Amino acid sequence: MTARPPRPGEALPVGTRVRVRRGPPEFHCRTPTYLRGAVGEIAAVVGYYRDPSRLALHKPGLPMRLLYRVRFRQIDIWPAYEGPPADSLFADLYGHWLDPLTGDANGNA
Amino acid sequence: MATHSEHHHDHHHGHDHGPADPHAPIDDGETVRYEHLLEAAIRELLEEKGILTSADIHRQIDAQDSRTPALGAKVVAKAWVDPAFKAKLLASPLQTIADTFGVPMNTPLELVVLENTPQVHNVVVCTLCSCYPRMLLGIPPAWYKSTEYRSRVVVEPRKVLAEFGTVLPDDVEIRVSDSTADLRYLVLPMRPAGTEGMTEAELADLVTRDSMIGTALPRAPR
Repeated sequence: MTARPPRPGEALPVGTRVRVRRGPPEFHCRTPTYLRGAVGEIAAVVGYYRDPSRLALHKPGLPMRLLYRVRFRQIDIWPAYEGPPADSLFADLYGHWLDPLTGDANGNA
Repeated sequence: MATHSEHHHDHHHGHDHGPADPHAPIDDGETVRYEHLLEAAIRELLEEKGILTSADIHRQIDAQDSRTPALGAKVVAKAWVDPAFKAKLLASPLQTIADTFGVPMNTPLELVVLENTPQVHNVVVCTLCSCYPRMLLGIPPAWYKSTEYRSRVVVEPRKVLAEFGTVLPDDVEIRVSDSTADLRYLVLPMRPAGTEGMTEAELADLVTRDSMIGTALPRAPR
């Protein structure tokens, strides 16, 4: 309820393919290790929140970070995934952990 | 010190999980953990300095423990019978719940309602800790906080759901939501067949806590 919405042009559009950054290994950054390096797509733009890795150090949490809901296919996270290919996983990730992809469907530039 | 940590332990962990329970926390309940010692030290300091009394602390624990999934069940049942409410709930969950049920939703968190359909089944986890829609469901069950559930449901959701007795066909997309940040998730399960003509209150009785986490389906009508 407290999220500040982005101004036009600030957010990656829904559907943008993104790769989760691998590092740096920040403390309390809310980006799970199992998604580092994984390719997904923006499912929703949530809004700006204070940066949890700064809040964890008792800082004001600035700059504010844009939070996205990111959709992954399970088989893109776990190569040995045994369920159907449509199975998916959504995670809430901050924009400074996401690199937009412009390459092919496999995320290869 | 041992007395204090045992005292603490009794208040904060239910002992409803026997050793045979596959969803029991990995915490063995015997080892004195660093967090328990830290909690006891801070609590004793607060009490000794007169900032909080023991009674204050136990009142708060009691208030937390008394929250139940009943509000969540009422929300789901209303969404089943009232399409206009459901549309508002999906668009603006906390505001709609506060306005409709007269329950203030004073939380900085955002709630997202995940609607199950014949094509999509949602299940919720917090792999990083134990984020949970407490404003609607109260305290999370012990298995929700267990390392086993948190680590397995993102890797093999169908196996984990099957262990809960929930087996879904392969043409239903299993959609796991990992509450990694500032959002909390409530699953809106599908209304069971054979419930036509049931009242909202009767329907709410079919809505279990686990069906709003996504590990189970609502009860079938008798």
